[in-house]
Amino acid sequence: MDTEFIAEYIPLYVEASRLTISIGLIGIVLSLIVGLLIAFIQYFKVPVLRQIAAVYIELSRNTPLLVQLFFLYFGLPKAGISISSEGCAIIGLCFLGGSYMAEAFRSGIESVGKGQEESALALGFQRSQVVRYVILPQALSVSIPALCANMNFLVKETSVFSVVALADLMYVAKDLIGLYYKTDEALLMLVISYLIILLPISILAALLERRLRYAEFGN
Amino acid sequence: MEDSIDEVNHMAEQSILLEAKNIVKDYGQGRVLDDVSLQIHKGEVIVLIGPSGCGKSTFLRCMNGLEQIQSGQIVLDGEVITEGKTDWPSVRQKIGMVFQNYELFPHKTVLDNVILGPVKVQGRDKKEVTKEAEKLLERVGLLEKKDAFPRQLSGGQKQRVAIVRALILKPEILLFDEVTAALDPEMVREVLDVILELAAEGYTMLIVTHEMQFAKAVADKIVFIDGGKIVESDTPEKFFTQPKTDRARRFLNTFIYEKETGGEKL
Repeated sequence: MDTEFIAEYIPLYVEASRLTISIGLIGIVLSLIVGLLIAFIQYFKVPVLRQIAAVYIELSRNTPLLVQLFFLYFGLPKAGISISSEGCAIIGLCFLGGSYMAEAFRSGIESVGKGQEESALALGFQRSQVVRYVILPQALSVSIPALCANMNFLVKETSVFSVVALADLMYVAKDLIGLYYKTDEALLMLVISYLIILLPISILAALLERRLRYAEFGN
Repeated sequence: MEDSIDEVNHMAEQSILLEAKNIVKDYGQGRVLDDVSLQIHKGEVIVLIGPSGCGKSTFLRCMNGLEQIQSGQIVLDGEVITEGKTDWPSVRQKIGMVFQNYELFPHKTVLDNVILGPVKVQGRDKKEVTKEAEKLLERVGLLEKKDAFPRQLSGGQKQRVAIVRALILKPEILLFDEVTAALDPEMVREVLDVILELAAEGYTMLIVTHEMQFAKAVADKIVFIDGGKIVESDTPEKFFTQPKTDRARRFLNTFIYEKETGGEKL
């Protein structure tokens, strides 16, 4: 193991981690927004949008991110739309994550009984108030473990971004291997980098889950 | 002459708080309510009884728009509320409802459950509502539970909170949908006592229940429903002692138990 090599190239990994984290974070936030929006569209059974959402979910969940990125990066320019590497990465991640987040929110919303909605309506709440004060708070606590798992998943998916020429962690590792044949060192640093990014998310998720279990509502 | 008759009619109508006119409700293929009409006067307590699935709960749920009716009219305070686009949220503030399964909000404390409606729906001052809520909770003997969560309460306590939650909106009429059906027998009493008190105070109520003794005690009028139709309606004295219809008689008999007299016939 060449420790000197490792020490020399750590800054490259730090730089790449920064990119992975920032794009991952933006992608996660956008996925959460898209997911919540779609969950609402399904909950309120909005005509037309509801069908579009269903098609989107199937499309997003049944195609690999790699293929989605190819489409954005190589396909769209042929139609006259060209998007930067970062743009492709963010849109791709959000396109993939949105459907997963939507499903997580949906399962949370569905776990809140119909009776809760009815009792709130019977008190004179508007439907939007029912969602805000009664359904969402309960749904979120059920959804959180799934939402955390999705975040973890999305960060891991960033490892394919090198195909749109982004210098992310995977890209740096491949580059170093190609240049210096230091396969062991490059891969070790890659694994450690991902662990440093992902472990906190997993630990946070576990903590949250435990707290939620203690605060379990039940009737 | 005609004028005075009109006036009399008008007077009679005035005291009608809620009226259901020829309500029809279908679920898919089946007809759940078939041309049901009922008038509820101010201060009146009407108890709906009937076998399971007869449509009595559905009727209650139609009154505050939780179920949509296929035809008929609902009139509240002389206004037809089922024509055009109904503003259900404001109608429902006048028609309170308590459910079989309590349906308290599990993520909120007892006090927050009670004040959520007045504060968010009616936009009232939180401090003032809190005071009022505490007074009501005290009345049902649950003031010391105000900071507890619903999961920490017994069924009877939950149901009393649910009643307070409906009361604080100052509804003109209260609907009770089998509110003791999910309770252990020893908790039934504490909930029914609260309802009896409300009746004594002159609240207008429409109650669905299987507690016949309670029905007898609280009702001004018993309405017996079967197969989606009102079969019979009468004062409790008359209904329970001399029901007019065979169907009602058979129904009431299911509540009577007689000791087997042994051996001979079974």
